[in-house]
Amino acid sequence: MNNGSEMRRIVTSWVIVSVIGDLLWWFLVGPHIPPGNMTESAHWNQFDFNILAVTALPVVFMVWIWLGYAVVKWRDKPGVPEPVGGAAAQASRGVQTAWITITSVVVISAAIYGTIALIGDHGSGGGEGPNPVWAPAGTIAANNAALAGKATWSPAGSQPLVVQVIAQQWKFTYRYPAFGGMETDRLVLPVNTDVVFDVTSLDVIHDFWAYQLSVKADANPGVNNVAFAETRQTGQFMVRCDELCGIWHGAMINSGRVLTKTGFMTWATKTEAQNAQNTKYLPPFAWTYTPDANGAAGGLYPDGNVTPYSPSEVYGAKQPTK
Amino acid sequence: MTISAERPTEATAGTAAPAGPRSGYSWTNRPGWMSQHLGTAIVLGFLGYLFGHWWGNYLAGSYTYIANNGQNGVADFLGLLCMVIGWLLGIGALNYPILKLFGREPGEETPAPGLSRYFRYTLDHKVVGMQYVVGVLLFLFTGGLLAMAIRTELLNPTVHIFNPGTYIEIVSEHGTIMMMMATSIVVGPLGNYLVPLMIGSRRMAFPRVEAFSFWIFSAGYMVIFSALFYGGFPTGWTGYAPLQNQAGPGMISYLFGFAVIGIGMMSAGFNILVTIVNYRAPGMTWSRVPMFVWSILATASLLTLATPVLFTAGLFGLLDHLVLTAFYVNEHGGSSYLWENLFWFFGHPEVYIMALPGFGIVAEIVPVFTRKPLFAYKVAAAGMMGVALLSFFVWQHHLFQSGINPDMRPLFMLTTELISIPTGFIYLVGMGSLYRGKMRLEVPMLFCLALYFNFLIGGITGVFLSDVPVNVTVHGSFFVLSHFHYTIMGGLVFAFMAGLYYWLPKMTGRMMNKKLGLWHFWTMFIFFNLTFFPMFIIGLLGQPRRVFEYAHNLQGLNDFSSISAFCLGASFLLFFWNLMYSMIINPKKAPANPWDSIGLEWQTANPVPLYNFERIPVIVTEPYRYSEPGAPAYADFGGGSAAGASTIGSSVQE
Amino acid sequence: MTMSGRLGTVLGLFVVAVGLIIWVLLGLLTPGTPGGVVNFVGSSAAGQPVNMTIQTVGSIGFGNHPTWVSYLVKTPQGKWIHSTTWQLPANTQVNVTILQYDSGSPLRNQQWGQVTGTTGNVASLNGTSFSTYNSYGGNGVGHTFTVPSIGLSVPLVGVNGNLTLCGVAPCSLKQPHNTITFSFKTPAKVGEYHWQCFVPCGLGYLYGNGGPMSTQGYMGGFLDVVQQ
Repeated sequence: MNNGSEMRRIVTSWVIVSVIGDLLWWFLVGPHIPPGNMTESAHWNQFDFNILAVTALPVVFMVWIWLGYAVVKWRDKPGVPEPVGGAAAQASRGVQTAWITITSVVVISAAIYGTIALIGDHGSGGGEGPNPVWAPAGTIAANNAALAGKATWSPAGSQPLVVQVIAQQWKFTYRYPAFGGMETDRLVLPVNTDVVFDVTSLDVIHDFWAYQLSVKADANPGVNNVAFAETRQTGQFMVRCDELCGIWHGAMINSGRVLTKTGFMTWATKTEAQNAQNTKYLPPFAWTYTPDANGAAGGLYPDGNVTPYSPSEVYGAKQPTK
Repeated sequence: MTISAERPTEATAGTAAPAGPRSGYSWTNRPGWMSQHLGTAIVLGFLGYLFGHWWGNYLAGSYTYIANNGQNGVADFLGLLCMVIGWLLGIGALNYPILKLFGREPGEETPAPGLSRYFRYTLDHKVVGMQYVVGVLLFLFTGGLLAMAIRTELLNPTVHIFNPGTYIEIVSEHGTIMMMMATSIVVGPLGNYLVPLMIGSRRMAFPRVEAFSFWIFSAGYMVIFSALFYGGFPTGWTGYAPLQNQAGPGMISYLFGFAVIGIGMMSAGFNILVTIVNYRAPGMTWSRVPMFVWSILATASLLTLATPVLFTAGLFGLLDHLVLTAFYVNEHGGSSYLWENLFWFFGHPEVYIMALPGFGIVAEIVPVFTRKPLFAYKVAAAGMMGVALLSFFVWQHHLFQSGINPDMRPLFMLTTELISIPTGFIYLVGMGSLYRGKMRLEVPMLFCLALYFNFLIGGITGVFLSDVPVNVTVHGSFFVLSHFHYTIMGGLVFAFMAGLYYWLPKMTGRMMNKKLGLWHFWTMFIFFNLTFFPMFIIGLLGQPRRVFEYAHNLQGLNDFSSISAFCLGASFLLFFWNLMYSMIINPKKAPANPWDSIGLEWQTANPVPLYNFERIPVIVTEPYRYSEPGAPAYADFGGGSAAGASTIGSSVQE
Repeated sequence: MTMSGRLGTVLGLFVVAVGLIIWVLLGLLTPGTPGGVVNFVGSSAAGQPVNMTIQTVGSIGFGNHPTWVSYLVKTPQGKWIHSTTWQLPANTQVNVTILQYDSGSPLRNQQWGQVTGTTGNVASLNGTSFSTYNSYGGNGVGHTFTVPSIGLSVPLVGVNGNLTLCGVAPCSLKQPHNTITFSFKTPAKVGEYHWQCFVPCGLGYLYGNGGPMSTQGYMGGFLDVVQQ
């Protein structure tokens, strides 16, 4: 068999397999790829995954077909093989140039596309730190209002909702500044709303992962890590800790719900009333709380006192003014 | 060529051959058992531990925080420190520096003949290489056993074999032991043994540093294993602060263990780097350096430049633990991000420390089995150096969700994806070298092909991880776990196996059994993929890493993965059996050049004489000229030495 | 040496090595349930409430970590055991009495001052019913008994730290303590439910969450819910 027809065979089968593979992926597998469609960023992150998948599959098939063909066809008879001579032994400069060019183009396109997706989707649900650079309209103002104690939310209109995620060993709790700063151990959200997550920790590093919402942000002590999500569907979602935080890390799991706007309002008003007695003992809402590093009864560092830095409050070591 | 322990006196014309060590008398090489060897190291190490522990209790027993928590980390640390010093004193690693300190000239050192040199502070790079083979296999099997324990716990989502604290201990110990092992699995055994042979040198640049690197590596093994005696550490191999600061004394074993291993990595890397740059035989220009040596050069650069960061980070952590500095504690002026940055600034080059040697092995072996020159030699070398260089600019992709500077994310996404261009070079070279070759599917070649298969999956999923939007879902999940097992185990460990099957005949003069080797290969390849591929799906379906409980609907996949993992473990037993059977129980003498290679290492006598080359060879042409029967031999050994005649086909008569 | 001799040597050494490793690992790795499982199934007739008495002590006074704070449990036979894994029947009311011998402090997160998940969302402190405890007042909160996955959480109010507190478990009823009682219903679904304390009480560890807080058998364990 001559060189040309051999290459034609490989390329033809590669094209066929790639087209079939990509189509199967796009229409059969792709729609089921997590995190689904519960939020805007979940939707775009799924789309992004599938874009990468249909780009990657032909590359995988190319190498597999080449390896398979080589193993079957480019074998030697038993005994001491003769060296390979002639054109097959040459390293074609054209092939090298083409390979480098094509891989560079593919890779740089992927990076450019990823950047566009990241910025266009307001950080894609990832934690953007204390000073988010890709925030949806109105969310920064809402977050500042929450800090000033002026947070509000109502089912009418399209107000963003600020929710604080407080991680501690070994559970997440949530504060709603728009509802008197109440703290709950369940995360409930309204649908069709821009949600601002202020993620922080009272001790070690945790990671707030709301799986179906496609939100993931490390909870660092003394740091406010902001992430955004625009809810699109009602339903249940899973929250897990995604950064090893000690012995009960695996047990840091609970579920949350996205409700209709009025349903959420009903839940929030009811819970606010239920928790009112406890809420008045809580410190004012702040973006971070300096944990008492020494534990309940004194401890590791000998000075015993920590210096809080603005705009944070010592969470649990100071009696709030009533 | 006869085996000669004498230092060759003549040097090949036109070269200044490095002088070998002088022969004579020294403590480390005294005959019989009245000298320094493994036994004295164990005794002094043990005594050192007792002394250090007493010292620590004497010094710090009354500190308030120690009285409060009832665990004296200072004593544990000083115990370990004095154990390492005692171990090094006992083996004789400190004889030379101490004598020099007092202005004395040390005795001359010639390695003792016979088996006992493997248990001593021996300066011969071939002995050190063999010591490393045993050392890394011990590491590998310990870590592997712990992996079996992890998969046993994950058989059921809520019923527990181990308690969660023990489970985290096992996970952390497995990760750390495997990472430490993987830094040295190729550079240690094969790098030390083969680099001087491949570059035509009689020795390493710094033989004492080289021997030191092994003995401190083995001390590091003991230190990290000691964590189990102290109740383990809960942080995984990444050791994130401030969980690190909160942990008990087992954390000290982790921090100090990484520091000790770090010293070993730096000394090994530095020695090999200097050797490759300065000790190449005459005529070995950079375009004639074998590909394996290129990969070790790139790896050694990373070891030398990246490891000091880890060492420093570990030192800060130790200070935080022992004297309550606060490098990593936010409330006292430190930052938990400092550890994350320092750790990954080392950690990402580290990942390539664990990938590049594998690329080198396949690039070295594939031409031998396809009887073709290496496709695009320069591209391969550029790929390896390119990966090494870029690896310093990608570390923040581990911190995409951590909350630091979001505006840098596009940059780190770009650099991370760029690194797949030079990695792609490795595939161009590999695929090109297969093209219309005359492939022999010997066991080493099968392992090389498996690397191309596995690393492809590992590499492509790396692109998914580097994409920030997709990273939101897959970060910290089993997807990541599967990704790096595909690159490190599917890449490096498979390449290491290829290297062992390929070079053990040279190193020991004995062939590995082919039939057992084929069984080992197929079981390892199949069960590796069956173990780790489901983990991509498990991760995508929302299972985070290092959890002892998971969703009930993932039990089927986890059980499948666990059972495959047990079979994978059995495959390693098969390898162990083959190793024992072929090397010790029923050894078969290997031909001088069983694979018909034209590589320089195969042209030396068998077994390799103490000084490797009677005359320093002169390299006359490019490597891998398999295609030209009339081409000159790679090296000219001068003096009509039979071992020098290495044109293709001539070695077959042996 | 002959081939069979070498074979024997290798196999013998291998068996010895494997035995040694397994022996070391078994010795070093604590078992799944330190202290063993205390079984409450069958301590009362099926469907009838199960009574359970536990105590918390500031320093346990024995074992590997005598300075550590810990929970203990009274077996149905009336013996105090240092164990935190308790087997309970599913879908059954459990009447819990906790003897709290430790001093308290303000909570790091006042959220744990609320009583949740108990029958009527109340608990009783020395006979007085309460549903929220202000941890900034009084003697503060010493520990909490919390099972996150079923939403159960009860603050265990601290005793006056200036009194002479119990330092060796088990403590006697003569020593200063608070008695907290409450009832809850075990879930219908069998499985292992993790419980823990949410007061960072690991003295001498950063954030107070190391040591006893991070070791099963001290400030955390499992409710092993099984079918009766």
